[in-house]
This record gives sequence, structure tokens and C-alpha cells, in this order.
Amino acid sequence: MAGLHETLHKRPIIFALLATATVLAGTIVTMLYPMLRPEMHPRLENLKPYTALQLAGRDIYQREGCFYCHTQTVRPLKTEVLRYGEYSKAGEFAYDHPFLWGSKRTGPDLARIGGKYPDAWHYRHMENPRAFFKESNMPSYAFLKERKLNPEEVERHMNALGFPYTREEIEALKDKTEMDAIVAYLQVIGTAVKKKEVQVEAKVVEEINPLSGKPEAIKKGKEIYEKNCEICHGDDGKGGIGPTLRDNVWLGKEGEISDGKLFSIIADGTQAGMPPFGTQIDKEGIWSLVSYIRTLQEKK
Amino acid sequence: MDEYRYDHQTVKGFIVSSIFWGVVGILIGLWISIQMWHPAANIQPYFTFGRLRVVHTNGLAFGLGVGAIFGIFYYITMRLCRRPLLFPRLARFHLYLFNAAIALAALSLLAGYTQSLEYAELEWPLDIGVVILWMIFAINIFGTIFSRREEQMYISLWYIIATVIAVAILYIINNLSIPAGLLKSYHLFAGVNSANVQWWYGHNAVGFVFTTPILAMFYYFLPKSTGLPIYSHRLSIIAFWSLVFAYLWTGAHHLVYTPLPDWIQTVGIVFTMFLIAPSWGSVVNGYYTVGQDWERAKNNYLTKFFILGITFYGLQTVQGPTQGLRIVSQLIHYTDWVPGHVHMGTMGWVTMTVAASVYYIIPKIYNTEIHSVKVANIHFWLVLIGQLIFSITMWITGIQQGALQKAVNPDGSLKYTMVEIIAKNYPYWEMRTVGGIIFTIGMLFFIYNIYMTIRKGKALQQA
Repeated sequence: MAGLHETLHKRPIIFALLATATVLAGTIVTMLYPMLRPEMHPRLENLKPYTALQLAGRDIYQREGCFYCHTQTVRPLKTEVLRYGEYSKAGEFAYDHPFLWGSKRTGPDLARIGGKYPDAWHYRHMENPRAFFKESNMPSYAFLKERKLNPEEVERHMNALGFPYTREEIEALKDKTEMDAIVAYLQVIGTAVKKKEVQVEAKVVEEINPLSGKPEAIKKGKEIYEKNCEICHGDDGKGGIGPTLRDNVWLGKEGEISDGKLFSIIADGTQAGMPPFGTQIDKEGIWSLVSYIRTLQEKK
Repeated sequence: MDEYRYDHQTVKGFIVSSIFWGVVGILIGLWISIQMWHPAANIQPYFTFGRLRVVHTNGLAFGLGVGAIFGIFYYITMRLCRRPLLFPRLARFHLYLFNAAIALAALSLLAGYTQSLEYAELEWPLDIGVVILWMIFAINIFGTIFSRREEQMYISLWYIIATVIAVAILYIINNLSIPAGLLKSYHLFAGVNSANVQWWYGHNAVGFVFTTPILAMFYYFLPKSTGLPIYSHRLSIIAFWSLVFAYLWTGAHHLVYTPLPDWIQTVGIVFTMFLIAPSWGSVVNGYYTVGQDWERAKNNYLTKFFILGITFYGLQTVQGPTQGLRIVSQLIHYTDWVPGHVHMGTMGWVTMTVAASVYYIIPKIYNTEIHSVKVANIHFWLVLIGQLIFSITMWITGIQQGALQKAVNPDGSLKYTMVEIIAKNYPYWEMRTVGGIIFTIGMLFFIYNIYMTIRKGKALQQA
């Protein structure tokens, strides 16, 4: 073999051709060949191309390098599905030029961020992440509010990708800011896949709070509240992005609510935009929270 | 006359340019390391983490790395072919174009023009510039090799040839895009396919910028500095072909547990494991080379750079494949472990070997000695300590991040929120900055040493 090589490295052209063939072997098998297979081009039935506003948001997501700190792919691992929701499917990304799965999770994964919080949450969080999470290291993106979109540019981008749009849709962009666009994009990410039902033991629940009125539970509930709930429901439940917890209106209807019902709202979230906390807070924690929330109602 | 024919000016120009871009890249690295634990260090809109990180990676990979590769390869090629470059003026033009391209690249990235493909962020007009740069380089290198006056092509030339070919294929394919404006384009490929093309490219950017060219330097400058021939020619042949073959199969280890079809992931992981063999082929060859006459080798101040460098290469090429395994990937993927891994390679192997090569070349060009071996030794120890602090800190925090994200309560609910996990990273992120500062000081000693040597050399020339 060394003899063969003696000849080979006197002949640069043959050497270069052989090196090219060597480099192409893996290229063909792992990159070109898969590209010819349908499994590399799947599309979920209810997946839609981005609207003009969403694409404008995605452009901003790219421009600001969001994907260097946020991934967009939930791995099929138990705790990952618990934390973020249903694991990512190949068919979700058919309109993603390029994919934005990322390689580092300094902040949370965003593959299931769409619809998790109300729009108002995102506006305020993007403006000042540390107003929500004291220990967050995310930069503030308040400047996005000051910048208007350029409808012609967005239209050009829509055309390049061949996404359908209407004239009205493009015209409506001139009143939109970059912040509107990025929130619209965040709210559509991962929504082609149905939300995963929460699957923790805490779901099986008694109707009556076993920790009702216990001082330690109220104290613990307050701590949990400050960490998880205050962002939206305000100081001592006076309200904010989410409704006040001091009155007797629950899910838009006035009237008493049972402990069990309150528990499941916290654990499973609501259609109105409250995320589920059943995967984040254990059963005892949620009951403590219920105990604490009951003390707020007395405050009104 | 001889000066120009042998193109020392171009070689030196590339080396000085690469050092300049290296300083820029390292300082931005320090800055973003501070942003990790001190968010007020973000200055909107141009100097946020999201925009600076890409200037750091591109600045060092393409400014420092590729700049050094161009210059040092010109130097090596001329000597191994026993003749000046075929087109010396083209090489000089290459140098100017290179600096213009890197400057424009940095500005365009800060302005937010990016393809969002890691290590292929530059927008399409700049991509065309990069392709022209490599074409000029290829014309000169191949032209010089074809008209060489030495019959045998030495190992380093094999690696140079493979580097040029692979970079061309990788760079052109992954940068295929749909233009949507002067500085905006969309990847031609979508979704899963886009991911597969990108990481086929991404991993081989590591392979053919941070591995094969640096091995070319190692195989040339280790024997030159120590006066000892490479231990096994046969081993270097086997290592070369198996490395160049296997690398292209491995990109999917970046996509373990993603929606990419499982078989591609598995093929990627298998070839990644195989890659340990050719990598260690070069490591072993390096060790046995100095082992032939250690008494002699250890007296040269550059030996420790090369041997520590190749040792980090060896560790890197065991740690890397381990990370590809599903059981390891699920813990450390997406955590700070990975920057720890990358920086062992870049700060430990690449920078160590490039710096030692520069230490060899600059005095040769001026026919003098290095300004100070003592300063070089201080440089060596500082970059070594800085890099170890950086990497080890990141490995610890990476394992912690992975473990905390997986931690569950007895009832199966998650134990920690993401913010609670982030809060625990701060001391480690601060420690990384400390490691970075020590490394940077080490590099300043290096630059001082090179500057003084050039000054001495110029004085000699005038005398």
C-alpha cells in the first residue's frame, strides 16, 4: 500500500481526484441521497405557510440571533416533553428556510411557545425580561417597539419563498412594529401540532384542599406564587396580564369555585392563555397555592 | 528580488492580519462571556449577544483561522515544492481581498445580515467573495504544486489538497440560497433537510478548517522545529485517508434526538466513533516522533506547544465522539458543555499549533531568532491555564444544566423551572470570563513577542 501511495503522491491530479471521491462518499450517502427521499420533505396536513407578519417576525428572529440561545426542537425525552410539550415532528418544519433548531439552550426551548402565553406577556417580556424573571440574562428588545416594518421588503421576502398573501395583508403591515411581528411569529411556532395533555400524577385530584387554611401551606403557597404567578396576576393577586384573583370571577363567570377546579386550572392551564403548571409544581405545591389564593380573596 | 519571489511579505501579511482579527475575535469573546452573567453589557441593537456571538465565531474561524491557514499554507507550499508561488502578485491581491472581506463580513453581521446557519452566516454577496478568495488560493496552491521542483508531495500537501477540495464542496452547497434582496436570502433547503445539509457542512467546517489544515501545520513544523522526521509514514497515510473519508459522514451527530430520520443519526454516530482511530493515528505519530529523541526534542521551546496541542486534539477527538452517543447527548447537548468542548479544540489545539507555527516562521523570514523564549514560555502557560479554566468550568456547568433539567419530584413533576436553572449558572459563567482573561493575556504576550521579533528582523535587514 505504501508503494501505491509512493506513486500517488507524485501525481497531484490523481491524488486530488481520489481525495474528491473520498470526500464525496459520505456526502452522497448522508446528505444527497436522503434529500431525494420523501422522508426528508414531510409536511403536516394542518401546517400553513407563514403569513406576511409572521415571516417578518421570523426575519427579526433570525436577524437578532435568537436561535443562538433558544432551540426550537423538543427531543422525545420524558422530562423534555414535560417541560415543553409534545416532541417535535419532522412535518412541522416544511416552510422553515432555514430550520432554526439552534444548538444551545441558554434560555428555554421555543418549539411549543406558540399560544403558551397571551400576546401581552410577550410584549412585556421582550421589552424587559428581568421585570418577569429577576435572574434572566436575556437582553432587552424594547427597541423593536420603535421600529416600523417595511411592507415592500416583507412582500419581496414572501415572493422569494412563494408564500401566498393578500394585498390587504401587506398594506396592514405599515402600521405594525417589529415587536408586533416577532410576537406574531412566536405565537405561531409549533402550533401545527396539538398540545400535549398534561400527564402528571397531580391530575388525579380530590375536591377539597387537604392543606386548606394551614399557615405553613399559605406561606409556601405565597413563595410559589411570587415565583410563578405574580408575573401575570400581579402583587397579591391584584391582576395584570392575567385577571385579578381577588374577586369571585373565574374563567369569566362570577360565582364560587371549588378547590378541585382551582387546582386543575393551575395544573392544566386555560384556553384563555394561562400555561399549565402541573409539570412544574408538585401536588403539594399546587394545594399550597390554592390555600394562598383563598387568602387573597379574603383581602378584597 | 528573492524576497518578493518567495513572497515573505504576503506570508507575513496574512499572519499579521490573522493576528489582528484574532484580537478582535478574542475581545468580542470576552465581551459576550460577560453578557452571559451581566445582561446590562448588551448594547442594543448592534451589540447584543445574538449579534456579537456570530462575529466572535466567524472572526476567529475565518479571520484568525483561515487567515493563518492562507499565510502558513503559502509558506509551507513554497518550501515543499521548492519554488516560489506560481502567481505571487495574485497572492498579494488575495491578502488585500481577504482583509476587505473579513471587515465587510464583521460589519454585515453586526448589522444583522445573517443566513442563520452556524459558521455559514454570511449573506450571499459575501459568500461569493469567500468563494473567490478560496478560488484564488486554490489556483495558486495547485499551480505551485503542479510546477513543483520536488517530486514527492509531503504529508502536509495532502492535507492542503484535501482542505481546498472539501471546503469548496461544503461551502458552495450549504450556501445555496434563494436571494430575497441585496443582503437577504433564504436557505434553498427547508426544515429537516435544511438541518441535515447545514450540519453536514457545520461539522466539516470544523473538520476542514480546524483539523486538516492544522494537521498540515503539525506535520510540517514539528519535524522542522525538532529536527526529527515523522515517526511513521505508513501511519500518516492511513490516518490521512481514513480521516478524510470518515469526516463527511458525521454531521448528523449534531442532530441526535431531533426529527431527522433515525438512520441518518445512527450512521452519523457510528462514523463519529470510527473517527477516533484516524485522529489518534496523528496523535500517536506525533508522540512517537518526539519519542525518537526526547532529549533533543525537549530542548526546543516549540515542542511543548506542538505536543500539548496534539494532546488536546487527542482529547478533543475522544470527547467529541463520546458526545455523539445518544446516552451522553441527551444529558449534555444544548448545554454549556458544548462550548467547553469547542474551546478545548480552538484554544488548546488550533491556537497552540498556529502560534507555534508563527513562532517558527517569523524568525525564519527575517533570518533571526525569536525575540524571547521566556516570553513564549509565559505565553504558553497562560493560554494553557486560561483554556483549562474555561473548558473545565463549562463541562461542570453543562452537566449541572443537563441534570437539573432532567430532575423530577417523586410525583413525576419537574423539580426546577428554567429560570431556577439559569440562576445556578452565574458563578460558572463568571469563572469562564476569568479563564478568558488569562488566555487573552497569554495571547498578548505572544503578540508582543512576534512584534519584537519583526522589529528586530527589520533592523537587521536595514543594517
